[in-house]
Amino acid sequence: MTTTADTADTKTAAPLVKLTDAGKNYGNIIALQGVTLEVGGSEVTCVLGDNGAGKSTLIKIIAGLHQHTHGSYEVEGEAVKFGSPREALDRGIATVYQDLAVVPLMPVWRNFFLGNEVRKGPAMDIAGMRTMAKKELLDMGIDLRDVDQPIGTLSGGERQCVAIARAVHFGAKVLILDEPTAALGVKQSGVVLRYIIQAKERGLGVIFITHNPHHAYPVGDNFLILKRGRSLGYWKKNEITMGELTGLMAGGSELEELTHELEQAGGEDSELRQVAQVFEQEVAELHVAELGAGRTPPSDNPEVKRDAPEP
Amino acid sequence: MSQTVDVGTPPAPARDERVAQRSTLSRLLARPETGALAGAIVIFVIFFIVAPPFREASSLATVLYVSSTYGIPAVAVALLMIGGEFDLSAGVAVTSAALVAAMLSYEFSANMWVGIAIALVVALAIGFINGFLVVKTGIPSFLVTLGTFFMIRGLNLAITKIVTGNVATNDVSNIQGFELGRKVFASTFNIGGVGIRITLLWWILFVIIATWVLVRTHVGNWIFAVGGSAPSSRAVGVPVNKVKIGLFMTVGFMCWFTGMHILFAFNTVQSGVGLGNEFIYIVAAVVGGCLLTGGYGSVIGAAIGAFIFGMTNQGIIYAGWNPDWFYFFLGALLLGAILLNNFIRRRAEASR
Repeated sequence: MTTTADTADTKTAAPLVKLTDAGKNYGNIIALQGVTLEVGGSEVTCVLGDNGAGKSTLIKIIAGLHQHTHGSYEVEGEAVKFGSPREALDRGIATVYQDLAVVPLMPVWRNFFLGNEVRKGPAMDIAGMRTMAKKELLDMGIDLRDVDQPIGTLSGGERQCVAIARAVHFGAKVLILDEPTAALGVKQSGVVLRYIIQAKERGLGVIFITHNPHHAYPVGDNFLILKRGRSLGYWKKNEITMGELTGLMAGGSELEELTHELEQAGGEDSELRQVAQVFEQEVAELHVAELGAGRTPPSDNPEVKRDAPEP
Repeated sequence: MSQTVDVGTPPAPARDERVAQRSTLSRLLARPETGALAGAIVIFVIFFIVAPPFREASSLATVLYVSSTYGIPAVAVALLMIGGEFDLSAGVAVTSAALVAAMLSYEFSANMWVGIAIALVVALAIGFINGFLVVKTGIPSFLVTLGTFFMIRGLNLAITKIVTGNVATNDVSNIQGFELGRKVFASTFNIGGVGIRITLLWWILFVIIATWVLVRTHVGNWIFAVGGSAPSSRAVGVPVNKVKIGLFMTVGFMCWFTGMHILFAFNTVQSGVGLGNEFIYIVAAVVGGCLLTGGYGSVIGAAIGAFIFGMTNQGIIYAGWNPDWFYFFLGALLLGAILLNNFIRRRAEASR
């Protein structure tokens, strides 16, 4: 209940992040145009779109990697143009990229504090950092037996959660999550989605980039759909249904056709059929995304295959 | 491996059951030094059995001395390798430092310590140039330092010939400050009738400092990180370029130190020596558990690696074997270590 009050409060003040009719040209190429979105505290704004829709460009503008060339970008009511990700970070805008910025061979706690090590004289406060990392992760519902294990030994979902917990711990007000569930199986996606809600309940604004409406709809408060660098629209949750969202994103008939196709293919391969039955929608969408863009993002394809044999 | 741990607590978020159970043995195996330590013990026992002279305390002192002369640069080479880079110019940079100190002191008749200081600057500069070229051009350090390796090798010979008219430097033992230099870099003292070279103490000191930095300080954290994943490190604000250049300069420092030892141990320096030693430093680091690809390893492991090298080097002589076979053993050792490391890394890296 307090969250809603907070939300209302923040909104009347100024949204944490607000884009108005923002756009970006690379020379004469229009990468993004006419994007309007708002993120307040305790709010999840989902940005949906196929590959090549302009999601990355949008993230880069918000995260400070690129500057917008049109429209306006305001942080807490103040117009900004970030010169570097560090500047965005200083304003509390943290980005968790798809590769997560973790070093697989290093222990979890070292990754957690990488670049922000707690010092004790000339050395690091190792015991303190271990405890803090463990506690911070526990608070978010990740119970690691041992924060000394290499982060590469964690599952994809857990790694994602560690990266998010790290951003939260180091004072993020707005979290940008770049396709956090794209490389994950269904169960692990669930873990990450729960985590997004946790972050929201802590009062953070979350910008959740995804191409999966099934992941976006349950957690989102606002939805922005991008297609070919343009905004198709911006909706509050009560203004749009899941079906409409899916339809707008991929084109409903196209999706149906692919689902059908997949089911047929599944007749020859029992594993695939199983996947098709259980995750029908999701797998279909991933394929739509791949076909639509004409190229396969490296992280998507192998993960789909890898997840398939898992019961 | 596949035991389920927390069956009773369903609300706990999906955790990979396979990760939770790691036995003490597998933890020990996952330590970078373990393989090297096992290898060192085996090699020690073999020579202890087959080579009677190897059993004497003085032989051990000699083995440790030889190990230290390779082990000191290997400290820095291991750090650099953990940081994800290579230095093929380390072997000849040792010679450069010694040559610079010898020639400056002799030709300008200055105090030995002026030469020593300038040699340090030169060695650090070599490290800086290597590091700078690597981070600015993005060319793999293998190639960059291969290039500087040949350049330094040429400079060593050419400049020595120009300055001294010879391929070696003149004897510097009469120059002021030589005695102190010898005390610091190349003295011997007795413990229980066994002559111990001071380089052994320096080596131990360097290993302790480097291990402390690597494991206990934020700089060590950064070294692991830039070697493990430079883009990730950059994304969380680690000054990747500074760390890498610093590591190359650390190699420069250790090369300088080793060069000073050579100078004060032999009074003159041959301009052609040091060739090939860079590989021995790398072998020591790799045998000691450092991953060639970076992000993993230990300085203590590299010290054990250098000790293995020293034992093999001297043990073959004590055992009366044909020393022609030495490099064959060295190569086999390296190959074995790499296979072992690969196996360990796969266990440590991912649970897929």
